[in-house]
Amino acid sequence: MLARARFLAGSAGLVVSFAVPRAALGQVVGNPSAGVDAWLAIDRSGTILVRFGKVELGTGIATAVAQIVADELDAPFAQIRVAEADTNDTPDQGYTAGSASLSSGAVPVRQAAAEARLAVLALAAAHFGVTTDRLQTANGVVAVRGESRRATYGELVDGQALHRTISAATKVKDPDAYRVVGQPIPRVDVPDKVYGSYAYMQNLRVPGMLHGRVIRPTPIGATLASVDETSIAGMHGVRVVKRDAFLGVVAPTEWAAITAMRKLKVTWTGGGLAPVNDLAAAVRAVPQLSEKAIVDTGNVAALGSSALNATYVWPYQTHGSIGPSCGVADVRDGKATIWSSTQGIFPLRPAIATLLGLPQSAVLVKYVEGSGCYGHNGSDDAAADAALLSQAVGAPVRVQWMRDQEHGWDPKGPAMVMAHSAALDSAGTHIATWRSDVWSPSHSTRPGGDVGNLLDGRLTNAPAAKVVFTGGDRDAKVNYQIPNYRVTMHNLSDGILHSSAMRGLGGTQNTFANESFMDELAAAAHADPLGFRRAHLTNDQRALDLLTALARLGTWQARPAAANVDRSAATVRGRGLSFVRYENTEAYVGCIADVVVNRKTGQVRVERLAIAHDCGLIVNPDGLRNQIEGNAIQAMSRTLKERVAFNTSGVTSLDWHSYPIVRFSDVPEVTIALIDRTHEPVLGAGEATTTVIAPALGNAIYDATGVRLREVPFTPDRVAAALRSA
Amino acid sequence: MSLKITVNGHTHEVRATPDTPLLYVLRDELQLDGPKFGCGLAQCGACTVMVKGRATRSCVLPVAAVDAPVTTVEGLGTPAHPHPVQRAFIAEQAAQCGYCTSGMVVAAAALIATHPAPTDAQMNQALDGNLCRCGTHLRIKRAIKRAAAERA
Repeated sequence: MLARARFLAGSAGLVVSFAVPRAALGQVVGNPSAGVDAWLAIDRSGTILVRFGKVELGTGIATAVAQIVADELDAPFAQIRVAEADTNDTPDQGYTAGSASLSSGAVPVRQAAAEARLAVLALAAAHFGVTTDRLQTANGVVAVRGESRRATYGELVDGQALHRTISAATKVKDPDAYRVVGQPIPRVDVPDKVYGSYAYMQNLRVPGMLHGRVIRPTPIGATLASVDETSIAGMHGVRVVKRDAFLGVVAPTEWAAITAMRKLKVTWTGGGLAPVNDLAAAVRAVPQLSEKAIVDTGNVAALGSSALNATYVWPYQTHGSIGPSCGVADVRDGKATIWSSTQGIFPLRPAIATLLGLPQSAVLVKYVEGSGCYGHNGSDDAAADAALLSQAVGAPVRVQWMRDQEHGWDPKGPAMVMAHSAALDSAGTHIATWRSDVWSPSHSTRPGGDVGNLLDGRLTNAPAAKVVFTGGDRDAKVNYQIPNYRVTMHNLSDGILHSSAMRGLGGTQNTFANESFMDELAAAAHADPLGFRRAHLTNDQRALDLLTALARLGTWQARPAAANVDRSAATVRGRGLSFVRYENTEAYVGCIADVVVNRKTGQVRVERLAIAHDCGLIVNPDGLRNQIEGNAIQAMSRTLKERVAFNTSGVTSLDWHSYPIVRFSDVPEVTIALIDRTHEPVLGAGEATTTVIAPALGNAIYDATGVRLREVPFTPDRVAAALRSA
Repeated sequence: MSLKITVNGHTHEVRATPDTPLLYVLRDELQLDGPKFGCGLAQCGACTVMVKGRATRSCVLPVAAVDAPVTTVEGLGTPAHPHPVQRAFIAEQAAQCGYCTSGMVVAAAALIATHPAPTDAQMNQALDGNLCRCGTHLRIKRAIKRAAAERA
C-alpha cells in the first residue's frame, strides 16, 4: 500500500477520465468519492498503474486485464501494475462476481487504455513537431516513422496532468492486432504465492494491532443471556466485547484471543431452527416472495398422462475457503479503515458505516486478496467483526474466523428443488412439451449497503434486510428448442439456512436438473444423448460446434445410455455428457464424464472429465485452462461429497471430516478443448464449467448402472441404496 | 521461562506460552507469512512446515514440543535461489488463490526428498492430507513430477 501511495504521489501523470454515462461502460456506477474517475496512470518510469474495479480473487484476473491494457496501449506487459482496490481511488464497478470481470468489467479499462494511447500520441506529436500520422507506438515507446527520434511514454507524460474523456465510441484495436492477449502469460501473483510471501488479507499487520475472535450464538438465533468474565480472569490484556448478541474477545496475541474465546463461559437463550426431516419439502415451504413464469411458450397444458416426471434436489453447500475469513479494522476518532477480502468494497462500505454509526464518508474500505472465496463467503462478515471489536477497544483489530465458524457461519450456497415434466412428440424423437417448477431461495444476501445483510447487523438487532430474489433462475431455462415450454420460478426468501452467492448461483442446480432430465428424455426416446441434444439445437451453430468438439475430445460413441448395463459385475463403467450455454447468453460448455461405480459399496470413481469450452475471444489460454480445471474438480467435489448437515441448533458439519471435499486421490484426468473465437466478445469463464459437472456425472452413473440419481451429493451410501432398490 | 526454536537456520527465543501451537509463533512472532491457518485441526495442511525433514502440521504442534529445526516455505527457497519444487510450481502455474500453496510446496519438497521419483500413488498418499479448494491438484502433481525430473 505504501509503495502504491508513493507511486501516486510521485506521478503527476496522465489521467484518463469518463465524460459519458457510466452505465454504458459495463456495470460502472457512480462513485461519490472525489478523484476516482481515473482508470490508469503513467508515471515517469513508464510504469502504468491500472485502477480496475474488479478484484483479484485468485482467478488470475489481474494478469488478464494487464494483458488487455498492454495490447491496447502498445506497452510492455511487465510495465503494467494493477492497483489494489479501495473506496477512495478505484472506480466503482460493483461486485466482482458472475464471471463478468473480463466480459464487461474490462470494457472500460480497454477503452481507457486506447484513449491513453491517443493522448500519448498527441503529446509526442507536440514534442517532435510532427502530425500523429507520422508516429508509431510499440513497447511503451513512440517513434517518428522513418527516423531515429523516439521517446518513452514515461518521458512524454512526465510532469503533465492530462485529462481526457473517453466514450463508448473510443476506437479499440482489432483483435487481429493483439500480441499479448491470447498468450499464456504466467500469472503475476503466482511466484509470491509459491515463495510464501504473498500479501494475503490473512497476513496483514498494522501497527498496534490486537487480535480478536468472535463467539457465535448457540443455537442460531439465540440471544446472549450471560457472560461469566471470571472464567477468563487472569488472562492478561484480554477484553470482552458485547453488543446485543454479538460477542467477541480482544487480546494482545492471536493465541491468547483463541484461548479466551474457548474459555469464556457464555449462556445463550432461545433461538434454534425448525427441524428438517425432508430437505425438499422444507425448501418448498420457505416463504415465497413471488412466482413468475420466466418462459411461457406454446401450450404446456397438453402434458398428458404419459409425461415423464422427475424432481431433483440440491443441498446446502459451503464455500469451503481453505483460509477462514479474515478482516482487519482500525476504528478510532470517528473514522474507520477496513481491510477486507469482500467481493464488493463499495457495497460493504455503507453497511459497515451503519453498523458503526459513522457517516459513509468516514469509512474507507481497502481490498486485500484472501483465500479463494467462490462467492459470498464470510469475508464481509469478518470485516464487520473486526470493525465492531476495533470500535469497542479503540485500537486496530484483526479477526480471523476459526474453521468451525467458517463452515458454520458463511452464507451457504442455497438448497434448491427442481421439478420437471415433459412429453415427446408423436414421432417420439423430439420434446413436444416441457414444464419446470423451480424452488429457490435468493442467491444473494450480499451487503448491498444494508447493515441487515451483515451477520453482525442481525446479531445487533438491525432492521431485517429486504430479500431481493437473485440468481435462482440462472439457467432455469434451457437453450434447446422446445415448442411448448414453461418455466415457473418460485422465488423464495432467504432459506432454511442463511444463504447467498456460491459459484454458478442457480445455474449449478438448474443445469444439474435440466441436463439430467434431458438424459432421461433421451432414454425415453431410446436416443443417443448427444444426438438427442443436437436435434434440439439446430438453430445454434456455435452449440453444435461445441458438441462436435466435445464428442471428439471425449471419444463419444453414439448409443442410447445404459444400453449395456452389467448387473452381475462388481464394478461397472459409464459415460455421460452434459451441455449448457451458461446464463443462456454466456460461455458454451460441455462435459463428458467417465466413471466407475462399485455396485456394492456405491463408491463412484471419476476417471476422466473431458470438457469443451467456448468463451469467445480467449485472453489467456493457460489461465482459462486453470479456471476450467478448477471448476471441474471443485464441482465434482460438490457433486459427489458435499452437503451441509444441520440440526435445530445450527450447522453440524463444522470441519473437513464432517464436510469432506475432494482429495488428490479422488481427482480424475481432466482434458480440455478450447474453442478460440478471436472475433467474438470475451465471455466469462469463472463459473460456467461448474454447472455441467453434476449432470455429466449423474448421466455417467446412469449409463453404468441404469439407475438415475436425482439428489446431490452422490455419496456411496446413497448410490448403494439406489442400486439396491433398483 | 523461555523457549528457543530454530527456524530456517536461525535460532529464536520465543515469548509465547509453551502450549502455543508452532503456527502462531511462526506467523505472529517471527512474522513468517508462508504457513497459513486453515483449520487448527491438522485436517487441511495449509500450516505445513518441515520438522526433521517431515511434513508436519504446525497448527497442532505446541511450540514446547518442537525438538528439531523447522523449515518453512520461506526457508526452502527464494526467488534468487528457488527450491526445485518452487520453480516447478511456477512453471506449471500450480496455484489459483494460493492459500494452500505454501503447505503444498513443503509437503511436495518433503516427498521428493525421500522419494526422488514419486509415483502417482505416492504423490496421492503424501498429499491427500493437503486440501485445495480451487482445484489445482493436477497442476500440483505435474509440478512435483517436473521437480523430480529436474533433480534426477
